[in-house]
Amino acid sequence: MAEFTLPKNSKVKTGEHYAAPSGSTNLRTFKVYRWSPDDEKNPSVDTYDVDMDTCGPMVLDALIKIKNEVDSTLTFRRSCREGICGSCAMNIDGTNTLACTKAIDECKGDVKIYPLPHMPVVKDLVPDLTHFYAQYASIEPWLKSKTPVSPDEERLQSKEEREKLDGLYECILCACCSTSCPSYWWNSDKYLGPAILLQSYRWLADSRDEATGERLDELEDPFKLYRCHTIMNCTNTCPKGLNPGKAIAEIKAMIAEKNNG
Amino acid sequence: MSFKSPLGKAIGLGSAKHGFNHWWLQRVSAVALIPLCAWFVFSIVCLLQGDYETAVIFFDSPIQTSLMIVFILVLIYHAQTGLQVVIEDYIHKKFVNLILLYGVKFLSVLMAVMAVVSIFRIGA
Repeated sequence: MAEFTLPKNSKVKTGEHYAAPSGSTNLRTFKVYRWSPDDEKNPSVDTYDVDMDTCGPMVLDALIKIKNEVDSTLTFRRSCREGICGSCAMNIDGTNTLACTKAIDECKGDVKIYPLPHMPVVKDLVPDLTHFYAQYASIEPWLKSKTPVSPDEERLQSKEEREKLDGLYECILCACCSTSCPSYWWNSDKYLGPAILLQSYRWLADSRDEATGERLDELEDPFKLYRCHTIMNCTNTCPKGLNPGKAIAEIKAMIAEKNNG
Repeated sequence: MSFKSPLGKAIGLGSAKHGFNHWWLQRVSAVALIPLCAWFVFSIVCLLQGDYETAVIFFDSPIQTSLMIVFILVLIYHAQTGLQVVIEDYIHKKFVNLILLYGVKFLSVLMAVMAVVSIFRIGA
């Protein structure tokens, strides 16, 4: 049965409050999910008051400021700070997004920051993405071609064929969409989820790939693909503005064409 | 404790190589139900104006009887495919899952047979 309540040791408690240095006037409050594997404590939500006059505009700027100046134990992933690496994906103000491209101004009231939903937590805002990456590997995300091409030749693609990859190649695998999907919450052991299905379609849509049939056969499964019930949380939440819901619909259309002719 | 690799877990038993028909027929039956529901509501509203004899005469027509049987069969089929999705989504205990899936299938067949038999006995 799907679980609708948290187990006793996962119930979230109120945590510490860290006030801003006295004299700060332009304050914003950040409420951040904390959990450490090193003690037996329940997860808690710590409150940090941050002086916006000395803080950058993005949520990631505030997190880095907190880690540097207030609480060095706060743990989160970040790397590129410009929305291309996907490391800082987290749930901010109720929506999965990238902390580095989410402006603090866009959040209403206290800025609530949680890890990506329904994933095992490694520590604080760091989710365990092992299974997500393994699912990505399982779709064999590389060009498969039987036509031999000599090393000094290129596999040519027309401008129109290349355009079919627009809206697909931009995916950075941050997992915002998959972890926003209720179907992925309940059945992620088997359901591939929107991110991996969009990546699957990226290879199905590639004019140079010659494994389309085998790829479709591997996807046609009540759980791997058809757990998608077009809820569309994926498309609503994608921080890159992509449309995984449409990519999944395209896969279903290809399988329909294969079956119905 | 398991040393199975994450990729091994993700691949699991591999693709079932089916699922399209269920998905497709759920949508086909949904589309078929649009005109069938309109016909059904219209017929029932009309029949409510008349007495029992009117209804018996209505079901004497092969066209109306056939439409009623097709409507009920498509409706039950659509309901069964929908319930199957809900059970697969939420019921993860294998035993309960199987009992519910086949319980719903059995009840669907029973209801379909009962409906067809009942239609043929109207006025008999």
